[in-house]
Amino acid sequence: MTRSTIKIPTPLRAFAGGLREVAVDGDTVGAAMQELVRQHAGLARHLYAADGRLRSFVTLYLNDQDVRYLAREATPLRDGDVVSIVPAIAGGSTGAGPALPMLTLASAPPPGSSALPTDELRRYSRHLLLPEVGLAGQKRLRAAKVLLVGAGGLGSPAALYLAAAGVGEIGLVDFDTVDLSNLQRQVLYTTGDVGQPKLKVAKARIEALNPGVRVVAHEERLSSANALDVLRPYDVVVDGTDNFPTRYLVNDACVLLGKPNVYGSIYRFEGQVSVFDARRGPCYRCLYPEPPPPDLVPSCAEAGVLGVLPGLIGVLQATEAVKLLLGTGEPLLGRLLLYDALAMQFRELKLNRNPECVLCSPRATQKGLIDYAAFCGVPDGGAGTGLGIPEITPEALRDELAGPDPPLVIDVREPNEWEIGHLDAARLIPRRHLAERVDELTRARALVLYCRSGDRSARATRFLLDLGFSNVRNLKGGINAWADRVDPRVPKY
Amino acid sequence: MTSVRLAEGVLDTIRGHARETYPDECCGFLLGAVEPGMSSDRRNVGTAERAPNEFAGERRRRFLILPEELRAAEARADARGLVVVGFYHSHPDHPARPSAYDRDHAWPWYVYLVVSITSSEVPAVGVFELDGDRGEFDEVGFQTGAAPTSSLGR
Repeated sequence: MTRSTIKIPTPLRAFAGGLREVAVDGDTVGAAMQELVRQHAGLARHLYAADGRLRSFVTLYLNDQDVRYLAREATPLRDGDVVSIVPAIAGGSTGAGPALPMLTLASAPPPGSSALPTDELRRYSRHLLLPEVGLAGQKRLRAAKVLLVGAGGLGSPAALYLAAAGVGEIGLVDFDTVDLSNLQRQVLYTTGDVGQPKLKVAKARIEALNPGVRVVAHEERLSSANALDVLRPYDVVVDGTDNFPTRYLVNDACVLLGKPNVYGSIYRFEGQVSVFDARRGPCYRCLYPEPPPPDLVPSCAEAGVLGVLPGLIGVLQATEAVKLLLGTGEPLLGRLLLYDALAMQFRELKLNRNPECVLCSPRATQKGLIDYAAFCGVPDGGAGTGLGIPEITPEALRDELAGPDPPLVIDVREPNEWEIGHLDAARLIPRRHLAERVDELTRARALVLYCRSGDRSARATRFLLDLGFSNVRNLKGGINAWADRVDPRVPKY
Repeated sequence: MTSVRLAEGVLDTIRGHARETYPDECCGFLLGAVEPGMSSDRRNVGTAERAPNEFAGERRRRFLILPEELRAAEARADARGLVVVGFYHSHPDHPARPSAYDRDHAWPWYVYLVVSITSSEVPAVGVFELDGDRGEFDEVGFQTGAAPTSSLGR
């Protein structure tokens, strides 16, 4: 067996019992190194990466030759050879991976262009004072275009802060009108705006905050037919949607167009943020190749959400968008930030590209946009409670309840909702208990189920029909429709 | 806790180098001696020596000192009775704090000095050492000025 000496560099001597050199047996450089870490296990993590290979910046010399010019670790040794371990010294100012090129803006500011007007120098003075922003950074923001998909809980704070930051063009996609229930969290709107189209109000509000921002209102439902054209002119897309078909549509369009997608989502007390950019990391589909079954994840309208939550998540999205535009800091590429408002904790998960991703991997099979409603299992595109369920209108139910053979009415909401208000004729069986309490429902009688807006009760109706109940109907529009059209004394919420 | 003493002129040399290469990162060696202490070492840095930044890509954000350069610097230091105690590099338009990339490429014991430099401001300096468990960088206190030439006891 060949005996050689391995010289231990100063920084690692503490892990080799203080020795300056170690004598080892081994016929090759690699074998000698393995023997070294066998004798001194504390050296392993400083010399070898998790995959068992020599760390990329560690160089081995045999006598005075870099082994990369010989046979690397297979280089044979002779008695008396000396192996030295020398690091390359590498580092840099950002991130963990190779330096990423700055985002190329669709309309980059011309080089050496004039200074900002005086009022903008004052408006953005706090940005100009930051070395990481400065005049050059502010000009980049001014030349940038960001599209916000959704002007609701997430889009509201994002739009406000991106406008304040001086993003030159902000596109908004939302076809809703302002509803009173929005004002618990959608801070772009005021009480006087209820009933107005969201985009009209948002545009006015943003322009009042910063007249230098151009607001482009896309008052349409995003679909496979228009998504590529709508997204194309923008530099960054901020996804603040509230439904899965649109999430997948936005992700897919961003991947096909090569644009970063700043993702944010909220559910009850929890939020998530990440940046998906298929050119440099995973896409949304790498994380979630398939949407959950339609009835598994309720919307905010059904499950509720803490009002302050989208405020934080939306601003985190705006933060990531600004960082991408400035080319500074470490974006959440390949990182999923998880926020738990109740515990007040942040966690992070590392996201990897899916090497088999149907959309963004080298083996991608999907080359264009698809039918997202079908993909997500929602036959009527997610609007309403279709699903082919037998329904009854509030007026018809009122008439039947007053008649000779009234149906048994079941309220499938939660006890706290029952307490807000319920139909006098109803019995409470929360949906999650339905399966256990099915025996209480005699098969001979007619059944009508209701919930708040008709979504949950539609699924519960399907559940009972599948079990064999023949006469089950869903109250269309739920107790809210009942309150609107039959009995205004029942509170809406 | 390691501490560092930088001799007069070392920081000026480093700042001057950083200004010259701005907006690219500069890099170099910190040469000196190790003064063992009761509970921790002190590194007395007598000289800062420039190294070429051989990073093949974007030098605004990355630096690389080749192992051959380090070997040569160690040989030169050895000839003067000194030791390479660490390295310096600059962060153009970025804080004087090590990044995740710095951490992934660092070894313990060495002292890493980072100088933040912008086109207009006075550069800020931070000095760091990687903890032995490869967890995080610890910030290291440093002083400037001449080291005591003799000590009559501690």
